[in-house]
Amino acid sequence: MRIKRVSTIGVAGVGLLGVLALTTGCAADTKASGGGDDKVVLAEPSWVGATANAAVVKKLLEDELDVKVEAKQMDEPVAFDALNSGKADVILEDWHGVPKKQKKYVEEKKTVVSGGDLGVVGHIGWFVPKYYADKHPDILKSYKNLNKHYKDFKTSESGDLGHFIGAAPSYSQHDKELIKNLGLKFKHIPSGAEAAQLKELKRLYDAKKPFLTYWWEPQWMNEKIDLVEVPLPKYTKGCEVPASEAKCGYETNQLEKFMNKDFATGDSKAAEFIKNFHWSTKDQNEVAGMIAGKKMDPEDAAAKWIKDNKSTWEKWIPKD
Amino acid sequence: MSSPTLTKGEAANPAPSSKEPAEAPQEAAPPSALARFLGNPKTLALLVAALVVVVSALVTGDGTWPRSLTADVESPLNDLDNWLVDNRDSHWIFLYFLLHISNFAQAAYDTLLSLLESMSYVGVIVVGTLIAWAAGGADRSRRALRTGGTALAVFVVCGALDVWEPTMETLALMIVSIILSALLGALLGLASGVSDRFEKILRPVFDTMQVMPAFAYLLPLVLMFDIGVPSALIATVIYAAPPMARLTSLGLRQADPTALEAATSLGADSRQRLLTARLPLARKQMMLGLNQTIMMCLSMVVLASLIGAGGLGSEVYEALGALKIGDALVAGVAVVLLAVLLDRTTAAAGERLDDVATTSFSRAAAQLRLAVWGGIAALTAVFAAVGTAVAGDEWPENWVVDFTNSIDTAVNWFTDHLGSGIPLLGGTITWAEGFTEIVLNPLRNGLQTTPWWALALLVAVIGWIVGTWRAALTGVVCLALIGWMRLWDVAMDTLSQVLAGLVLTVVVGVLVGVLCARVERVDKIMRPVLDTMQTMPQFVYLIPVIALVGQNRTGGILAAVVYAAPAVIRITAQGLRHVDPAAMEASNSLGATGMQQLFGVQLPLARKSILVALNQGVVLVLSMVVIAGLIGGGALGYMVVRGLSKGDLSQGFPAGIAIVCLGIMLDRLSQPAAKRSRD
Repeated sequence: MRIKRVSTIGVAGVGLLGVLALTTGCAADTKASGGGDDKVVLAEPSWVGATANAAVVKKLLEDELDVKVEAKQMDEPVAFDALNSGKADVILEDWHGVPKKQKKYVEEKKTVVSGGDLGVVGHIGWFVPKYYADKHPDILKSYKNLNKHYKDFKTSESGDLGHFIGAAPSYSQHDKELIKNLGLKFKHIPSGAEAAQLKELKRLYDAKKPFLTYWWEPQWMNEKIDLVEVPLPKYTKGCEVPASEAKCGYETNQLEKFMNKDFATGDSKAAEFIKNFHWSTKDQNEVAGMIAGKKMDPEDAAAKWIKDNKSTWEKWIPKD
Repeated sequence: MSSPTLTKGEAANPAPSSKEPAEAPQEAAPPSALARFLGNPKTLALLVAALVVVVSALVTGDGTWPRSLTADVESPLNDLDNWLVDNRDSHWIFLYFLLHISNFAQAAYDTLLSLLESMSYVGVIVVGTLIAWAAGGADRSRRALRTGGTALAVFVVCGALDVWEPTMETLALMIVSIILSALLGALLGLASGVSDRFEKILRPVFDTMQVMPAFAYLLPLVLMFDIGVPSALIATVIYAAPPMARLTSLGLRQADPTALEAATSLGADSRQRLLTARLPLARKQMMLGLNQTIMMCLSMVVLASLIGAGGLGSEVYEALGALKIGDALVAGVAVVLLAVLLDRTTAAAGERLDDVATTSFSRAAAQLRLAVWGGIAALTAVFAAVGTAVAGDEWPENWVVDFTNSIDTAVNWFTDHLGSGIPLLGGTITWAEGFTEIVLNPLRNGLQTTPWWALALLVAVIGWIVGTWRAALTGVVCLALIGWMRLWDVAMDTLSQVLAGLVLTVVVGVLVGVLCARVERVDKIMRPVLDTMQTMPQFVYLIPVIALVGQNRTGGILAAVVYAAPAVIRITAQGLRHVDPAAMEASNSLGATGMQQLFGVQLPLARKSILVALNQGVVLVLSMVVIAGLIGGGALGYMVVRGLSKGDLSQGFPAGIAIVCLGIMLDRLSQPAAKRSRD
């Protein structure tokens, strides 16, 4: 009896294989099923500001325009691939951290188009805690003075040099090369993830230890810790390319939105709304602060902001 | 719950090897120990190699692999990267083959998820509980009721913790990946269990898979399949199929010869023999394999959130980004609960299969069971049709308990005080700095200044001593490959961390293991702790680790020890407990004290399982290297993370290969020859 059962299964298996073989005969559907017309997929990078963008956009699209939205967790580089393939429709906040991919998809393949500025201004730089700068104010005059104080920044990881806390791998950066090219007595020690860097800064800040770190604005932690910037050589266009010869700081960045081309030209209300979406650093920090600082649910934080700022978001809703 | 990576221990030849008795008398002869020690050519060789290492390191002071023996692996990988991106939606390989796989994976996941969603939470709970009950026997026996009860509790707790939706996503992904891994594993296992040639081809593949950190192949998959469910699913299947295959093959090969003989004498041909005797006899091993496959699927499904799988893993990751330990921990608990659910259900099903095999086959019972499964199917259909209409599509909001904030407070208080608040002792941060300066830095400098040829010599000699010349050769080839890819210095940095982590793991593991084996109460307390440590997604404890020791290499090592120690503890305790009772009795009657018994009888007799534990430790510590890269471990782990998050093959892939090379090398060096004696 068992043999019979097994052979039935065998026949079924062969049948199944046959069906599979048949389907393989024809070309597969190249369009990914994730980015259908009925649902807008947002690429949501891992930082909290991005969560704030996504939460507000999602809530407004769902409540005001009745569009289904899915926010998918992905970092900048992967997000461009996803926009290209149609697995995601929108990047809400791009820091221009992957120029290679941006060039390939926007200029060469033309599968991704710009959605205009987000309104938030991104700024990257080198920062030290205020309590340290108060004691050594000369450090705020020029990066050159860092070499006078490098001994304060020594840790067991950096050996004889000062410890520079680098950024998470997917963020725009050329600090390692910068330290070398400017002849600074620091060792670049990268953070493995933003969360790790934040926790480390918090720990050092609470212990009132000196540290030098890659840091940026907007960033919700700025409400909790007080960091001041060490000026780097001024940014001029293209000065950081190639990174191995970079001798300048970072561009002050108009953060930009990107959209999948089919979505952007599809003439939907959702696409128009995304193009209209434009808010300030302060707005974003407010929502991000609620999410990370007060540990609110992103959805609740977005709802609260939406309730208080009707005049801001009304302009984003496309008119009939 | 069993450890996700115990397979090698299980698969080891259980019969005592013929080599050991030959060695035993040698060890038992105490006189002129030093003379014999020096007289042994192998130890002499080891001493010479060690001497060469030290002297050459002191003399040359620079260990870098010669530039002339390297190759540029970056440019071809960059080309491949570009080619993949350009042709991903036009080349025939993608159109006619890979895209089918990808679409199939996506469709299977979508279908299942929408089924789960349309059933609403009530439907999922009812059907899930019933399935667990049916798997446990579908009757009023304790087993069936307990399994059903576990399922019910797990579902309700997941809902109450406010993680219902991600739990369903993870469950859907889990079910698809378990089915695929089990099928693939069973097929491969069948092939290698029946045919010696397949066995020869597949064994090294499985061995490599076992030491390969899952991160290493996430990146190529992302490039081929883009981020999202398909990549996650395929990565999971690749990761989780080997234990199933290994144990299936083992079960087939170990089938009781008398049963086979009986089948032959009844005139069964080889196909009939396979179907009627060998496969049914291998069932127990196969269930064990399935169980392990499930556990590995679960740990991978969480990791796969890094490449867009969503679900609980993504929940954990997102919570960490905002430093919400409480949220991360709650999602982690849901993962542990899912593990409990799946583990108990399959274990109960396995036990029941055993019962069926031993008791006579009752027709009525079979019909009843059929009716139960039919009922479950019907119920599923009903719920799918009307579930959301009846119960709404979301878990009701007032049935949610929120203690994430209090967890946050508790964890923060704990880490703050342990971190630097302990009087006199300083706290963990000071210790971590000391550890870095006293252990890690010298070790790294030592490895980096040792000339490559001296290190290769040492590896070869150790390989030859513990294993065979083949182990030695493998080790050296792995080292050479690392040098060839221009990763020598970075790899030595990683190696120093792995070695330090390994020593800590083994010390902690063996100590706690001894305690567990000898003190009943410790064992009782430790068991659930170990289960949790092994199934809790590793991400969860990264942030507390930083709070405790800071973002540095020690943090990475600490995380690795937490992850790897449970397996070592388990194997050690098991080995000690299974020491021949006669030997224990004998030592008792000779009046040995507890300590004498431990050191004189138990530990020597359990030597073999401690070696297995060491080997497991190597594999597990190594698999944490990449995770450690996330919190300041740097070196190869960071390179893989960077490659992955930048989507850059030329940065991540060589580093991934180098980790695999280190893994294979350490695995061979810690795997005594006896284990592979049946090759």
